[in-house]
Amino acid sequence: MTRGLVEIVDVRKSFGTHEVLKGVSLTVQPGEVVVVLGPSGSGKSTLLRTINHLERVDGGYVAVDGEVVGYRPSRGKLHELREHEVLKQRSEIGFVFQAFNLFPHLTALENIAEALVYAQRRPKIEARKRALELLGRVGLVERSQAYPRQLSGGQQQRVAIARALALDPKVVLFDEPTSALDPELVSEVLDVIRDLASSGTTLIVVTHELGFARDVADRVVFMDDGVIVEEGTPAQIFGAPREDRTRAFLSRFIEPTFQI
Amino acid sequence: MSAASSTAGAVVPAWPRAAGRPDYASYAVVPARHPWRWAGTAVVALVTAAIIWSLATNPRWEWGVVAQWFTAQSVLTGLAETLKLTVVAGTLGFLLGFVLALMRLSSSPLLVGVAWTFSWIFRSTPLLVQLLLWYNLGYLYEKISLGIPFTDVRFFEAPTTTLISQFAAAVLGLTLNQAAYSAEIIRGGILSVDHGQLEAAAALGIPAWRRSTRIVLPQAMRAILPTAFNEIIGLVKGTSIVYVLAYSELFYTVQVIYNRTQQVLPLLLVATVWYVVITSVLSVAQYYIERHFSKGAVRTLPPTPLQRARAFFSVHAKGIR
Ligand SMILES: Nc1ncnc2c1ncn2[C@@H]1O[C@H](COP(=O)(O)OP(=O)(O)OP(=O)(O)O)[C@@H](O)[C@H]1O
Ligand SMILES: [Mg+2]
Repeated sequence: MTRGLVEIVDVRKSFGTHEVLKGVSLTVQPGEVVVVLGPSGSGKSTLLRTINHLERVDGGYVAVDGEVVGYRPSRGKLHELREHEVLKQRSEIGFVFQAFNLFPHLTALENIAEALVYAQRRPKIEARKRALELLGRVGLVERSQAYPRQLSGGQQQRVAIARALALDPKVVLFDEPTSALDPELVSEVLDVIRDLASSGTTLIVVTHELGFARDVADRVVFMDDGVIVEEGTPAQIFGAPREDRTRAFLSRFIEPTFQI
Repeated sequence: MSAASSTAGAVVPAWPRAAGRPDYASYAVVPARHPWRWAGTAVVALVTAAIIWSLATNPRWEWGVVAQWFTAQSVLTGLAETLKLTVVAGTLGFLLGFVLALMRLSSSPLLVGVAWTFSWIFRSTPLLVQLLLWYNLGYLYEKISLGIPFTDVRFFEAPTTTLISQFAAAVLGLTLNQAAYSAEIIRGGILSVDHGQLEAAAALGIPAWRRSTRIVLPQAMRAILPTAFNEIIGLVKGTSIVYVLAYSELFYTVQVIYNRTQQVLPLLLVATVWYVVITSVLSVAQYYIERHFSKGAVRTLPPTPLQRARAFFSVHAKGIR
């Protein structure tokens, strides 16, 4: 199955005079799992958000399976797409937020079924069935009728992952999915992502969990100050980083976390 | 530790108690008592009784006359008109207010400008003036026509006075005024919803209209409802302002009657009691509607007063038996 090729080409983005992305290029192969590392403020979230056009770009482009996201190239220009066209593209790209962003007034099941019914206009019964199936996948079938506030942080994030998978996306983006969790809840979420990684969906994961990066990533990308400083296999990046900035960043984490 | 306690066969606390402290663990638990609450209740009951006594025994209230007119046909017709105006102007006002709020929050400068100007105009002119202007539109513009401005092309034309009846003027005035105020209430509610909610919905590819109605509005309702009910209850009584159009709603009807019979106070009481009844019904509705929209916002919903009363009596009934 060759779906989920992500090409990020020379993407630039400024907020006012602050240039947050200074020409980022990265190609993620179908089914590949890429972990993005980098210090706070280096532009990791902004990069993820340009991939599903939650953020406009100032230059460069992102393409998923050859289709430019958010813009239509025509006669030397990139014209921004209309809302409904962007929405259609977004349904092929799942996004998991650091703060979960579950809909608090809907049950776990309804949270997942929502996009199926209101973005894809599938019948409610079918959406329910699919939602239950996905809850099963993240191990939460028995909590299907619970509201998000009645769930633990780890359970909420698992529901959010199931929700992101509802539309069967080609690629799933994770923005620090475990940063808002208590340490003992981190592993239950990482296990779900690990499971997903082996299923052949393209994943781009921003995280500070170096152990997870080492175990699951096919490739690790290190970003700093709006550029990709270095990329390579986990063994390369954690074992023998080439750049000083990478080394300095990694040395801030306690040894056992990333020792191979 | 636990091995020692099981071999000894006696209960040995896992943590050594502070020397000399009695064994609290064997004490029964007693809920906190509120003696002042009982005292306060007694005072309130006494004052209430005194008020009721004076209302019931002072002959000047003329309760007999109140009872005689309370369900009179003309009063009931007036009541129906009041309810009709409230429902129509309230519904249309809040619907228009919702659209105005969305316009105000949109990214289009044109829509923002139109919505802002609307609120500005209708909040800065007295409702009384608006009503009189609508009713007297025929004086300002003799005909209302639909066509292309500055040309002779007309699709539709009618004399204003036949279009703007009393009812139309009342509804127009009340609705537009209500819309201007509810737009701000709804906008405030929408702003109280976390932006992450919109982002999550957008990331799922849910269309803008659905994002507003399915995700944002239900959550905004918690902030909107208390103020919205204030507005609706205000509107119930506010409809009495249309008496300036000689529109026979409850208040105008009552005025007509007491001008004839000179029983001013009892007839004002008739209207007042009806307003109290409507407001009471609305307040109960408000409680349950707010409860409905707090679904998911609290971990567990508190019991309703009815459920609480039932629990109270079932516990005490057991105690008696
Ligand atoms: N909407 C915005 N307006 C202005 N500045 C922004 C906006 N979003 C992000 N920034 C700035 O862009 C820079 C990069 O932000 P970004 O969130 O991408 O960093 P990050 O690498 O994800 O950091 P963290 O690890 O803390 O999440 C930061 O300096 C941030 O202040
Ligand atoms: Mg971030």
